Amino acid sequence: MSATGIGAPVRRKEDFRFITGQGQYTDDVTRPGETRAVFVRSPHAHANIKSIDVSAAKTMPGVIDVLTGAQLATDKIGNLICGWMIHSKDGSPMKMAAHPALAATKVNCVGDAVAVVIAETVAQGKDAAEKVKVDYEVLPAVVDPAKAQAKDAPQIHPDIANNTIYQWHLGEKKDVDAAFAAAKHVTKLDIVNNRLVPNAMEPRAALADYDAGTDNLTLWNTSQNPHVARLVISAFIGMAPEHKLRVIAPDVGGGFGSKIFIYPEEVVCLWASRKVKRPVKWTSDRSEAFLTDAHGRDHVTHAELALDANGKILALRAKTIANLGAYMSTFSSSVPTYLYATLLSGQYNIPSIYCEVDAVYTNTAPVDAYRGAGRPEATFVVERLVEVAARQMGIDPADLRRRNFITAFPHQTPVIMAYDGGDYNASLKKAMEMADVKGFAKRKRDAARNGKLRGLGYSTYIEACGIAPSQAVGSLGAGVGLWESAEVRVNPTGSVEVLTGSHAHGQGHETTFAQLVSERLGIPIENVSIVHGDTDKVQFGMGTYGSRSGAVGMSAIVKALDKIEIKAKKVAAFMLEAAEGDIEFKDGKFTVAGTDKSAAFGDVALNAYIAHKFTGAELEPGLKETSFYDPTNFTFPAGCHICELDVDIETGKVDIVNWTAVDDFGTIINPMIVEGQVHGGIAQGVGQALMEGAYYDANGQLVTGSMMDYTMPRAHDLPSFHVGLTETKSPSNPLGMKGCGEAGAIASPAAVINAITDAIGTENIAMPATASAVWTALQKLQAPKAA
Amino acid sequence: MYNFTFHRPTTVRQAAGLLARNPDGKLLAGGHSLLPVMKQRLAQPSAIVDLSLVEGLSGVELKGRSVSIGAMTRHADVANSQVLKDVMPGLASVPGSIGDPQVRNRGTIGGSIANNDPNADYPAACLGLGATIITNKRRIAADDFFTGMFSTALEEGEIIVRVSFPVAKKAAYEKFKHPASGFALVGVFVSKRGPDIRVAVTGAGSNGVFRVTSFEEALKKRFAAKSIEGMTIPATGMNSDIHASPEYRAHLVAVLARRALAKANA
Repeated sequence: MSATGIGAPVRRKEDFRFITGQGQYTDDVTRPGETRAVFVRSPHAHANIKSIDVSAAKTMPGVIDVLTGAQLATDKIGNLICGWMIHSKDGSPMKMAAHPALAATKVNCVGDAVAVVIAETVAQGKDAAEKVKVDYEVLPAVVDPAKAQAKDAPQIHPDIANNTIYQWHLGEKKDVDAAFAAAKHVTKLDIVNNRLVPNAMEPRAALADYDAGTDNLTLWNTSQNPHVARLVISAFIGMAPEHKLRVIAPDVGGGFGSKIFIYPEEVVCLWASRKVKRPVKWTSDRSEAFLTDAHGRDHVTHAELALDANGKILALRAKTIANLGAYMSTFSSSVPTYLYATLLSGQYNIPSIYCEVDAVYTNTAPVDAYRGAGRPEATFVVERLVEVAARQMGIDPADLRRRNFITAFPHQTPVIMAYDGGDYNASLKKAMEMADVKGFAKRKRDAARNGKLRGLGYSTYIEACGIAPSQAVGSLGAGVGLWESAEVRVNPTGSVEVLTGSHAHGQGHETTFAQLVSERLGIPIENVSIVHGDTDKVQFGMGTYGSRSGAVGMSAIVKALDKIEIKAKKVAAFMLEAAEGDIEFKDGKFTVAGTDKSAAFGDVALNAYIAHKFTGAELEPGLKETSFYDPTNFTFPAGCHICELDVDIETGKVDIVNWTAVDDFGTIINPMIVEGQVHGGIAQGVGQALMEGAYYDANGQLVTGSMMDYTMPRAHDLPSFHVGLTETKSPSNPLGMKGCGEAGAIASPAAVINAITDAIGTENIAMPATASAVWTALQKLQAPKAA
Repeated sequence: MYNFTFHRPTTVRQAAGLLARNPDGKLLAGGHSLLPVMKQRLAQPSAIVDLSLVEGLSGVELKGRSVSIGAMTRHADVANSQVLKDVMPGLASVPGSIGDPQVRNRGTIGGSIANNDPNADYPAACLGLGATIITNKRRIAADDFFTGMFSTALEEGEIIVRVSFPVAKKAAYEKFKHPASGFALVGVFVSKRGPDIRVAVTGAGSNGVFRVTSFEEALKKRFAAKSIEGMTIPATGMNSDIHASPEYRAHLVAVLARRALAKANA
């Protein structure tokens, strides 16, 4: 391993500009003549729009124009779409309601935009927005997914009965029912997977610039996948032909899924820029972010696990109602279906599984993928069921897991996924050693002497990452392929630019991707630049989400590097006057086998471009190669997290005292960055388990609409994590990588809740398990005071 | 934020005059409550009277048996005051628990108590020590000052100049932080100064800071956690929201009072 190659903890190249305030985020980009968009948003969760009067607003100082949904329709700007088709069990297609970028006749959640003011300054825009008169006829609202399908629930979209988008299922119900009938033990749980607000540090932003001279539109925006944004905005929304629209996602400050989607604001900015013939910028404030960023999770589930007398799992069944909010966001349909139910086998050999999912509309913000996207929900169901079953049957929870682990690969689960490798016993064993599970009983006694109830919780999770083989996802309804692209451009001086379809918004691609190139070409890491996020520079790509940039994005780079090596060997053969087959490439040097003749990588690059050693008939000049890599399978990162915590008997406050994470991510490029990803994921998962929860009141008002009421995890809420690794290489991509971005958020909620319920001796507690909630649970149990 | 006129007087007298001339004007101390609501356009004062150039409003001084804290003294300066840490560390711990470093470096004692946020920390300390709030017009006992949620005995044009805290031999503050905001979900300040025993609670009451007379009575026998062991306060009149039920808040009052007593005696 070189100091900058694969496996080296290289400091992040991008951090200098970030920590010195020199990052260039969308809001940092300014264009001459720039105007500002201020949205007029509905204060009501559900209302008919009787009229909109913009006349007073238009006369306000600094106002250039005030635009409404009616004009949007006149200009034939298309609706926002959901790009993954799900069919109900009766074969009918999902019911996607119209989602105009500006509501014209009806609003369906608080924050729904009904008009936009284009003004010289934000302050002038806000002054004018207050003068837009909207006459609403307020309607009753429904916010609870469990109530959305009731007969008397208000109908949100015309022609969509019972607010039901689809009623989907997966698995063989008959087999599962038979297994349950024969089971010695059945564990049942009611689970709410709480709704979360993503809260990336950088709020969403968009800057649209229409060039009347060329009829070209440029959009800078906070996107995790600028090419997909361009495709959707062009092909479905009809804003401009694809070649007349350039999308640039510059530095992006965190996404966690929420910046995958196409949002109304960027569509409106593009449209408005063309109308007013000036650049139009919108930057969300935090209050708008709470109301309009796609939220995460929000499942209500009843789940059951059937076991035989020895604790061997026979079957699992689950019925989930998934809240998709007021409109179907870009990939919302896939999250509670193919990203969720397909992981209900966990790390276990479960002969049969059946899952039903009803997706519903409510008068709340749209819900879509959020770090983990479906897989945290699945892990929570499986790991809570297994834990409760073990306790009910008097079996040690680690032991019950061991009895059911899959140990032979490949393993076909009953829910589509074919696991290609892993060693679940190894990660459990290592985690138990690191967490000193043997010493837990003594630590529990010690804690009790200080008025604390100590608990220990496991989560042996699995996720499907490296999303995803295009043909496979196409057969499941995806509207796109999920391959990735890379172009490797070797310059005449031997430095290298890699143009990648992946997009970095905190992951450190500029470092890890360069490590791969440095190792492979034997050149200093400083000589490698990673270019991403601009549709005019980079060939079509699919972006970053689903822990795919390593397993898919870097695989494309590997493939392009393979081609570079082949071409460079041809050049070297001419230079060294040897047969191409005799050229060997190692440590940045081309040599002729069995001789001392060699050429450095830089010399070969130069010769590829000056083309003095070969004729055009013999070889094309240049050294630049492209690859589109389509994975052959998902990857299956897995591992074991163990949470140890104390509950203050008097206050119910939970303090996590020890956290052990042992993950199998396959090949690791940069262990420091991987550890950072694990830390961040755990923080978000602990946030979900203990603190975060988006609450709407019965009228559809978001009660947790600011940091004053929505609890984000802070550094002092978390202990120092003990992070370890096991390694089984993924057989499904050339580097053997599995992906690490989501694991922490997927594993951790179940570990926390398993530990709390272990500590206080209850079967179940809802997330977030705040001090107040834990105290209330303790009161119900009338827990005995610690000795 | 809406437009306003910005005034920077250099004396309390000028500031009072400006307030008199601008009936919907607001004093700007640390600004950590006022500026956020102005930014959200929830408040639109026509005039802001900034007190930061007024001389003599800052500082912590020991004056005989009391500690005098200027109204514009920043939370961080109170928390770090060696004078205060020497004579009454229990009071110094109160501003140390407020917000984050940014808030503590801007927020002031005068601003905090004039705002009387029902979850703020300083009101508990004022009431829990029997402080005197000194304005440009008069001296007001803490028992008379806090009149309800976001309301005080301050009259139009009245400006807090300083707060005088009697030095108590035993004093401590225990706070259970609101998980999101860091304000007091419940905070309890206890003190003993000769025969004067006080237990003051912030965060819990729907009418703002209050004293727990039943605890104070019980503590007259002995100023110790044991004296109130098993005692509770009723949940009626406690705040209720998504973060805590009235029962939980009432329960926390008793728990935190015991913990504060243990700390005061440590």
